[in-house]
Amino acid sequence: MPKPTSDIPILEDRKAQVHTKGAAPFKLACEKHSVAGAVSQRACVFCGSRVVLYPIADALHLIHGPVGCAAYTWDIRGAASSGPQLHRMSFSTDLREKDVIYGGENKCEAALVELIGRYQPKAAFVYATCIVGLIGDDLDAVCRRAGERTGVDVIPVHSEGFAGSKKDGYSAACRAIDALVGTSPEPKPGLGAPPSINILGDFNIAGETWVIRDYYERMGIDVIATITGDGRVDDIRRAHHAQLNVVQCSGSMKGLARLMKEKYDIPFTHVSYFGLEDMSRALYEVADHFNDPDMKARTAALVRDEIGAVMPELRKYRDALAGKRAAVYTGGAFKAFSLVRSLRTLGVKTVIAGSQTGSPQDYQKLEALCDEGAVLLDDTNPLELAKFIDQTGADLLIGGVKERPIAYKLGVAFCDHNHERKECLAGYAGMVNFAREVHHSVCSPVWRLTPRGCRTAAPDASPPVRPLRRAAVRRPAPRPALRTTPLTIGAKEVAV
Amino acid sequence: MKPKDTPNFVATRNACKMCTPLGACLAFSGIEGCVPFLHGSQGCSTYIRRYLISHFREPMDIASSNFGEQAAIFGGQSNLTTGLNNVIESYQPRAIGIATTCLSETIGDDVSMFLNEFRREHADDSGAAPPVFIHASTPSYTGSHFDGYVEAVRAAVETLAEGGEREAGLVNVLPGIVSPADLRHLREIVEGFGLEPIVLPDYADRLDGPSWLEYRRVPEGGVPVADIRRMGRAAATLELGGPAKADAAAGAWLESRHGVTRRRMGLPIGVRATDAMFETLEAISDRPTPKPYADERGRLIDSYVDAHKYVFGRRAVVYGEEDLVAAMTGFLAEVGVTPVLCASGGRSGGLAGAIAAAAPRLADPPTVMEGVDFEELTEAAASADPDLIVGHSKGYKLARRLGAPLVRVGLPIHDRFGAARMMHLGYRGTQQLFDRIVNTLLKVKQDASEPAYTYL
Repeated sequence: MPKPTSDIPILEDRKAQVHTKGAAPFKLACEKHSVAGAVSQRACVFCGSRVVLYPIADALHLIHGPVGCAAYTWDIRGAASSGPQLHRMSFSTDLREKDVIYGGENKCEAALVELIGRYQPKAAFVYATCIVGLIGDDLDAVCRRAGERTGVDVIPVHSEGFAGSKKDGYSAACRAIDALVGTSPEPKPGLGAPPSINILGDFNIAGETWVIRDYYERMGIDVIATITGDGRVDDIRRAHHAQLNVVQCSGSMKGLARLMKEKYDIPFTHVSYFGLEDMSRALYEVADHFNDPDMKARTAALVRDEIGAVMPELRKYRDALAGKRAAVYTGGAFKAFSLVRSLRTLGVKTVIAGSQTGSPQDYQKLEALCDEGAVLLDDTNPLELAKFIDQTGADLLIGGVKERPIAYKLGVAFCDHNHERKECLAGYAGMVNFAREVHHSVCSPVWRLTPRGCRTAAPDASPPVRPLRRAAVRRPAPRPALRTTPLTIGAKEVAV
Repeated sequence: MKPKDTPNFVATRNACKMCTPLGACLAFSGIEGCVPFLHGSQGCSTYIRRYLISHFREPMDIASSNFGEQAAIFGGQSNLTTGLNNVIESYQPRAIGIATTCLSETIGDDVSMFLNEFRREHADDSGAAPPVFIHASTPSYTGSHFDGYVEAVRAAVETLAEGGEREAGLVNVLPGIVSPADLRHLREIVEGFGLEPIVLPDYADRLDGPSWLEYRRVPEGGVPVADIRRMGRAAATLELGGPAKADAAAGAWLESRHGVTRRRMGLPIGVRATDAMFETLEAISDRPTPKPYADERGRLIDSYVDAHKYVFGRRAVVYGEEDLVAAMTGFLAEVGVTPVLCASGGRSGGLAGAIAAAAPRLADPPTVMEGVDFEELTEAAASADPDLIVGHSKGYKLARRLGAPLVRVGLPIHDRFGAARMMHLGYRGTQQLFDRIVNTLLKVKQDASEPAYTYL
């Protein structure tokens, strides 16, 4: 007989990263190197850099190292582009034993010259993986030489996997982007220029950046650069022309916003686009920043119209979901805040909340947001998640593909909120999609057949559930007729 | 038939292979109570977990020693020790399969010595014996995921298999990277001859298991450690493989070390290749093929006849692991499909020879490419003008660009459901595969029919 799930131990080294609200004064250790052998759900420095830079669609992304790091990040994410598709290619120097012995510099440089000649990117990013530093390759020098030979900016990304955490990878990516910002020859617009922003930290998963951009444009704001969702090198070069950086996500783009504040005196604000509350707050905050009565009126009208359009349908989902319990485990903690609020909108209580990379401030906020008895987790792992899902009786887990089997094996619903998904969950229409995703999983009749479903309820005790009709979600046309760059998929160029 | 000398780009563009530790983790998942453990950065285990979870849709916990900068400079012994202790405490495993990564190999960690020290210290401070450690050296700059798989299987056998008096009727089965459904079928076939199979690895139940009441720290299933110990006493080894790593495979070691007769052959896909496996089993067991399999064979050939016109002369591109490509090519040739391009990300140097052996009667041998990536493959495939693409999910874009349907086989299958239940092997697996290919071609024909025929 298998042991009870509740018997799963919490490792001694992990105990400080687990807290139950109300059980003791709040204290949660975080920002620690993952415990060896604990099966953390985190990845590495390289992953952090790759996640941030990947959506820049007209850049070449060359991964310097053995083939794995490139293979596992090939076209997995749903980061869409309205034009070039070069980011969806996976380029690797595919280092072999002799390269490890004699060094990989020449191979890397030759690969760059050849790839840049072949794919004509606007810029190239070269990612260092674990062994690059160890075998003594001078990546900066390689990039400089390749840049001189090709006339294209070649930017090193110092993302050796072991050299810190995913957050350090974010910083390395921000430094790489910073190398491009401000390099546009266009003069900076003077007084009287229309209000303008950069959208930072949205990665255009399933077209989310387009949804957000559309809102800002309807408010009368010029979006200079989207970094990095549907990103373009030339937009990034002139990103310093913007009057405000609007930063989503707790970790990934904060560094760039800070650098741009220091260098160009561009203020920034933190927002989230998930859920009705946070989405509306984001728009209002930006309108407040520009302090233009007309814009404020347009924003209020936009929020009113959008919420009005989705509420009838959301109410139906809420009726079906009210009283359910959810576990939330995200990469950054900012998303967890939005999810707790979004779930509340649907009548769902969050009983487990955690993140891979939260800071002490993040967790304080998360704790305040959650109800008594909620379990807070930093850098957790499959066994702990299983234990607490069992303990709290959660009906739903929100996470990524790696968390999915934990829920499914226990007969618990699941919603994918990570970057591999192909569903737009941001903005108002995205909230309806989110509600539908949650509803379609939680209210499925299949749970009644699982061992746990049978244990908790007589198989047919609950009333039948009528599936709600799929909402007609307005899908903004992929932006820009402006973008005439040819679509490059591999060898062929395809007209857009 | 010479392998095409591809005008190689310096860079690999859209790799047609994965890295060595992935194969090792998959192999370790087929040992009962075994937790795969990567000695290197946290990212390696996380990326590989996501990749395999997306294919199998089952838990795939892979521990990591999680190197930081300190470990990269001073060595990873302390991380390995902490990691093993934590895995033992939380997972209570019977075995831990430790595979190295490019990082730990490059800094020169002596993992065998670390493990010996760990065992010694463990023996001192408590009576409880630590789990079995299986250590495979799998730096990712030495080959592909297939090499890592072979390496881990051999490491398991070298670590555990014991000699002794021969056990009549005991047969080692070394299957290659095949689906859980294939593994179940192989086991059933061998049992049908009155033999006892030890399948290594056997991840059938672990990577295609039931819904749970209680969460399993290590999911059930897999070949027990005690059975791997018996492998040195088996009557024979049935080793399914291709050109890659033939000399380094576990069957070779079992034969040279313990005198276990090695019967190595290609994957049993198609009538002829499956016949070879059944003839071998007849010889080992001294029994005829059981009637249900003879009947399956008869029905398979009958279906070949029924569908022969739908497939004859259709041009196919095949890619994937070398053993799968060689066997698949043999099967396609057997039913009248013309393999025009056969490619693998592996580079054993023997793929062309294996294809010639598997498909000896082709009028026009296919172009064979080793060490290929998807950009080279796409360019070559465009001029091959295929009607059909056979391979894993990563060829979807290629298939879509060429307007040819993709029949999904092998790993990874990330864009369709039921990869674990897909069969390829034996008469029964070939039947399923053949039906899928025929129906795929019928769909193309039907979709192209102006009057929307419902009767083909």
